[in-house]
Parts: sequence; C-alpha cells; structure tokens
Amino acid sequence: MTINQLSIFIENRSGTLIKVLEALKQSNIQIIASTIADTAEYGIYRLICSEPLRACEELKKAGIAVAVSDVFALELDNQPGRAADAIEAFSAAGISITYLYSFLLRGKGILIFRTDDNDKAARVIEENQLSSISENALAGIA
Amino acid sequence: MSRDERAALQGKRLHKIVEYVYHNVPFYRNKLQEMDIRPDDIQTIEDITKLPFTTKKDLRDNYPFGLQAAPQSEIIRVHASSGTTGNPTIVGYTRKDIGVWSECMARCLTAYGVTRDDIFSVAYGYGLFTGGLGAHYGVEHIGASVIPAGTGNTEKHLKLIRDLGITGLACTPSYALYLAETMDKLGIRKEDIKLRVGAFGAEPWTESMRKEIEERLGLKGYNIYGLSEVMGPSVSYECQMQHGSHICEDHFYPEIINPVTLEPLPAGQQGELVFTTLTKEGMPVLRYRTRDLCSLMTGTCDCGRTEVRMGRIEGRSDDMLIIRGINVFPSQVESVVLSMPEFAPRYMLVVDRVNNLDTLQVQVEIRQEYFTGVFDTPAAIDQLEKKLASKLKSVLSIAAKVQLKAPNTIERSQGKSAHVIDKRKL
Repeated sequence: MTINQLSIFIENRSGTLIKVLEALKQSNIQIIASTIADTAEYGIYRLICSEPLRACEELKKAGIAVAVSDVFALELDNQPGRAADAIEAFSAAGISITYLYSFLLRGKGILIFRTDDNDKAARVIEENQLSSISENALAGIA
Repeated sequence: MSRDERAALQGKRLHKIVEYVYHNVPFYRNKLQEMDIRPDDIQTIEDITKLPFTTKKDLRDNYPFGLQAAPQSEIIRVHASSGTTGNPTIVGYTRKDIGVWSECMARCLTAYGVTRDDIFSVAYGYGLFTGGLGAHYGVEHIGASVIPAGTGNTEKHLKLIRDLGITGLACTPSYALYLAETMDKLGIRKEDIKLRVGAFGAEPWTESMRKEIEERLGLKGYNIYGLSEVMGPSVSYECQMQHGSHICEDHFYPEIINPVTLEPLPAGQQGELVFTTLTKEGMPVLRYRTRDLCSLMTGTCDCGRTEVRMGRIEGRSDDMLIIRGINVFPSQVESVVLSMPEFAPRYMLVVDRVNNLDTLQVQVEIRQEYFTGVFDTPAAIDQLEKKLASKLKSVLSIAAKVQLKAPNTIERSQGKSAHVIDKRKL
C-alpha cells in the first residue's frame, strides 16, 4: 500500500541540489512532489517521482547518498476538513506521523506521509476506506 | 651553580640513570646492547649523544607499563596522556618523582613571584591530565593556599576569585581569556579582583594573547611548559624577564636535534626538543623526542639564573594538535572512524577558536551503501552523528562536533596535514 519516496542527503552548500536535479533530468525522471527537511548543516531532500527505483540507481551512479523510503500517499477531496478526518483515524489508532507533506494533483489533495508503524497504518487505511493512490496513478500512467 | 658545576652533576646523574634503566627496563637494555653501549661508556653529559632516542611510538609499543623502571609497589601515582592511536600513554611516578615534580613546580612559581602569602587557584583539569595535580602540589610545596578549582563552572570560579581575593591563577591561556570574557558578562571589573600572577601553559600562545590576558585580568602572565612523558608542567618556566623559559635542567636535560637527520644542533638553532630525565625513578626516558620545535638559549639570564632557556614553541614535527590544552592526534580520530562501517575511511578535523575556546569539528562521509531508508529524517542522522561523537569523546577526552558529509566530498588526503584545517590564529 506504500509508495516509494526517494530520500537524499544533501549538504547545505550551493551546487548540491542542482547536482541531484541534473542527474534526474539526464535520466528523464519526472518529479511529482518534493520537500526538504532542513537542518543547520544538511538537508534531506524527499521526493516522489516517476520510476523511483530506476531514479535511485541513477542517483547512486552519480555518487549521491540516496535511499528509498516507504511512505503512504492518500488522495483526498479538495475540501476543508478532509486532512483532519484522515489523520484523526491514525491518531485514534495510536500511530505517529513522522513527517508529512501535501500537494494538489488534478484537483485532488494528495497527502504523503511516513508513520512509525506502516503495517498498522495500512490496516487503518483499509478499515476507514481511505483512498490511497499508487505511484503509477501519481505519475499519470495508470 | 656555575655551568661547569652543573655539567659535572648532569654527567654523574646521566651515568646513574643509564645504569638504572639498563638493569630495570628490558627495552633500554636491548637497545643499548644492540648499539654495543654499556653504562660505563656514559660518564659525562657530552656522552649523551651516544644514547638511543625514545619516541611516542616506543611508549605505545610498550603499553602500559613496559618502560616503567620502578616496581609497581614503589609507584604512588599514574597519569595518562593521549596516545597516537587507541592506547593512552601511561606514566607512573614514585614518591621521589612526585617530590622532584613538586619542587620543580615550586621553582616555577617562585620565579613568578608567588609566595606562601598567595591564594592560588589551579584551573587546569584535575585527573589523568598532569596539569591539575602537578600545579596543585607545587603550590602546596611553597605553602601558598591552593584552591583546586579545576575546569568548568566558570561563574562559581569567578565568584571565588573575587570573594576570596585569589591572587594567583594556573590555567590554559585560552581559559584565562574565557574567564575575562565571563567577567565582562557578569559585570565583574578587574578592579574587583586581586589576581596578580598567572601560570599559563599546556597549549601554544602568542605575545598578543599575553598582552590581552594581562590587560583584562590585571595580572602578569608567565609561560609554563611540560609534558607528561618527561614529568608534567614545570619542565621549564619563564622568569621576571620573560625572555625564554628556564629549563629545570638538573632534572630534565634538553637537546635540540634535526628531526630528519637526528643530528644534535648547536644552541640558537631551531630544531626538535629532546629531553632525558636525569633523576626520574618511575618511568625515566632517554632522549625523548617531544616533537616540539624550538631553539635553546645559553648564557646567563638577566635574572641571574644560569639554566638554559628554551624559546617559544614554533611548531611540531608531527601532526599533533593541542585543543583546549589536550593533545589530539588525527590518527586517533582515524582509528574511530575506521571502526564504524557507516563511514568512508576519510575524515577532516576542523579546529577553530570561538570566544576564546577551542572547538573541534570532525567531518566524515556517510558511505552510500549505508545510507538506507531509515535515514530519511534528521533525527536518524543526528543519532548516527551522536554515536560517532560519543566514541570520539571517549578516545580524545574532549568533545568533538560531528558533521556528516555527502559521499566523496572530503578530499582524499595527500599526507598527514591534509586531515586538518586549523583556523585558529596563533
């Protein structure tokens, strides 16, 4: 039920982000969403993209510290309160959200997040009939 | 004592110490036998050039007590300093050694003008480091009141300096500046305190640092030099002239050598400082290579003392760093980094001085294959950095800040010094 997110270690120096973006461009990878968790000395660049496993291999070849993390992607109606409803279900089950980011795609709100217990979170999604969305659907292939 | 009289005494003592180590330290007996030297071949101080050198590596290879000459039952104190890798250097002292050390330390303090009427605060680290206890015993020896302040808790220390009317202070020069800084913060003026004498050492310092310390603390600052392999602080000291540091050469015989050819150099020329302990019982050393680069000055000092003087330490013939008074070898950091598979075998030490306190940052690269999905949060990366930082702390005895770098961003080192960026302006 989870999708693949790339997590990339980048130092806080000019030129480090462009190196990642250039490598993705060369490999013809499309970025769907991205965010940076920043600290004083480095950032973790998290991104959802087309063909994440191939993208990961290409970035590794470019000498970049990159890993694949399992995250959830939920599709929500673009209306007030939908995010609260979704997260409430996880909260009620005692699941913590480690990080979360969101974006709009074709008029729908997309929530990307990681939890501290992915098995339990998958059950919560099923039981509450929340709409998770696949990588291919995100990339517009499905 | 005239120079001739002293040379005669040094010769007699040298013969005795060579005989002593020949019979009590297998390491030296083997070395001397290999060189076909018997103790009777050493009669005058000039004969010293026939003797073998001792290096930090010899101390490491004979860890922990291999170079100890006295039986353990005679050892009443053990100190330790940084080794180049893994094991520290262990030095044992007999009761007589502690007595000699206290007396030499008392000599230093007397030259600074300290008397039994002084209240003297020792703010070197107490413990395995020789600074704290070394200075402490010297202050007690001359009968002044010792305040064993140690390091840290600067505000309380300043309160005592003010309230007790402390007149003397022993610490690293950078800590003296840090005290001045903290005084400003607390609104304590130099008119509020009675400090008049400072014994500063354990790290290199400059004339401009001396001026600043003297100006801000309202005292006169004197250099003190020493190393645990030879004894500890009190190997040499400045007098009122502040023109070179007098060496207690009746106990610690100095030579200057060319660090490459190992040939002795005449007075006035800069080279590596070498010491032979003439009276030590616990762990005597023959021609110990300090790796400190300086020159010697002969001739009677304007103060009247005839002891040879050493000039300011101009550098090192190895890559040792002195950070907050503690000796740090890049190879120590290397051994820790290599023990953790998460990191590539490359590292960089960045040393700086911020608000008069030395800082050490260790940069390491995470290995690509160890960067897995669990490292998608700063918390996970911080944990990895902390794991390395805590290992470094236990090996180096000082805290280092770890900075994680992306793979292949630290330059592959070409030689030793390429592992260090020292931004301190000394």
